[in-house]
Amino acid sequence: MALIRDIAAVCKSKNAGPFDLTIDVVFDSDEMFERVRATGVLCPALFARLYNVTETDILFTPYPAGRAFKATLPRLVPAGDIGDTDVYGAQQHAPLLDIDIPV
Amino acid sequence: MPEVRLLSTSGILGYGFPEESLKAGLARNPHMVGCDGGSSDPGPYYLGAGKPFASPMAIRRDLKLMLKGAIANGIPMVVGTCGGAGGAPHLELVAEMVRDIAAEEGLHFRMALIHAEQDKSLIKRRIAEGRTRPLGRMKPLDEATVDRADRIVGMMGPEPYMRALDEGAQVVLGGRSSDPAPFAAVAMRAQLPPAPSWYAGKMLECGATPSIPKGHDCLMVTVRADGVECEPTNPIRRCTPLSVANHSLHENASPIHHFEPGGMLDTSDCRFDALSDRAVRVSGMRWEKSDSYSVKLEAVEKIGYRAISICGTRDPLLISTLAPFLQSVKDNVRSKAQDFGVMPEEYTLTIRSYGHDGVMAEREPVQNIAGHELGFLIDVVAQDPDRAAAVLAMARTNMLHTDFPGRLCREGNMAFPFSPSDIPMGPVFRFSMSHVVLPDDACEMFPITYETI
Repeated sequence: MALIRDIAAVCKSKNAGPFDLTIDVVFDSDEMFERVRATGVLCPALFARLYNVTETDILFTPYPAGRAFKATLPRLVPAGDIGDTDVYGAQQHAPLLDIDIPV
Repeated sequence: MPEVRLLSTSGILGYGFPEESLKAGLARNPHMVGCDGGSSDPGPYYLGAGKPFASPMAIRRDLKLMLKGAIANGIPMVVGTCGGAGGAPHLELVAEMVRDIAAEEGLHFRMALIHAEQDKSLIKRRIAEGRTRPLGRMKPLDEATVDRADRIVGMMGPEPYMRALDEGAQVVLGGRSSDPAPFAAVAMRAQLPPAPSWYAGKMLECGATPSIPKGHDCLMVTVRADGVECEPTNPIRRCTPLSVANHSLHENASPIHHFEPGGMLDTSDCRFDALSDRAVRVSGMRWEKSDSYSVKLEAVEKIGYRAISICGTRDPLLISTLAPFLQSVKDNVRSKAQDFGVMPEEYTLTIRSYGHDGVMAEREPVQNIAGHELGFLIDVVAQDPDRAAAVLAMARTNMLHTDFPGRLCREGNMAFPFSPSDIPMGPVFRFSMSHVVLPDDACEMFPITYETI
């Protein structure tokens, strides 16, 4: 078992403008980034399942220079609209923490 | 090789920075001192209400130090997205502070105000001409959306800042701007290419955020034709290749493709090299000029008035039957509000359950409630403050008194921490535009006024 909470250096979420949420997972070393990338676990389908959106709505970018993976997806409702729970989008990362990466 | 040194004081004007960091930055003879003044991140209210999200006291403190430093060193001071949202009242708030500080300190300079608030008739004309485009998943812009807007701002690029500096302003205050624009403007005006100029702006718009440890503090970026160098001015912080590379993740949809007025900054092939243990050189950025210049619009429309109340339960029997309990509260409110003349379509009642799904709502994967107490936020938005208050009062009473199967706490279900328990929150706005306008030129939507202080 290698949960993201145990092997990532950063796991965070934030608005990317008022209509999108962006989630970043960053690793400590190039080696760990490449091992995680090789498993293929971090992919658009994973984010689609965790956040209940369609895969086509997900912009997924591996970013080797930052040892990071980024996924950007629609917010549940636009920031500050009725029903929004998280205006800054800063607390939407938690479902990723328990994802098991078989590195 | 020609270089331009740009000093940013903080992530947002009013978030604060150590005075020593500014002094250390000024000692390196920067060509400008600046700060991004705003963001859409705190939500739609501030653009709608014409108010800043940082406190005027804190904005004034930062502004005073920057202004004194800029005038003493004979360099420009440039602030983007003044007052948090960059509309007319936001720009005027900061302009008035500058006039006031200048009078107090005996400072003299030429000041430019770049206005970003947009006239509805002009936007409608562009719609009619087919010169607006939706961004992301938005529908095409229509006249009704323009009519409903309480305030519309355009997001300016570097060009209006370049013009204001060309025309002799030493202090330039901008309305809503692309965050990097005030910084990129100073580099591009010195004939440096767009790619490193925009990249520098991307680093500087958040102050010392590209360094570690993170904190609201000053950052110096040196721009040359073939790249940029980033270094925090506070000796306790340092930029590392990773800290700088990872700043490209911040609040962007993509870490490698950054869309700006006039083009796209592509950082796919960037190299990050440590120059020391606290300075980093970035090279390899590219600028792809777009076919047509575009200005992004931000707008908000008022959707009603809010009233809230906060309470909690410590009752395990209630917690075990939470969903049906909340449904009966909502049913009771619906019927009783109708009795006093407020129809269900005239308000929205939302009850957030903290300890259950208060943070993630429908996206919360954990369904069992493990805690021994739950907090509730009762939220009513209605078309006017009176209706919001009336429905909220009924919801609050029903949270307290609605019966549920197995109930033992027959005097009341909830602990209310305050009297009064109901809080009027004022108007509620929603973001209503994410579109671009294709103007004739980069400056036409952003008139500049000058004054001599």
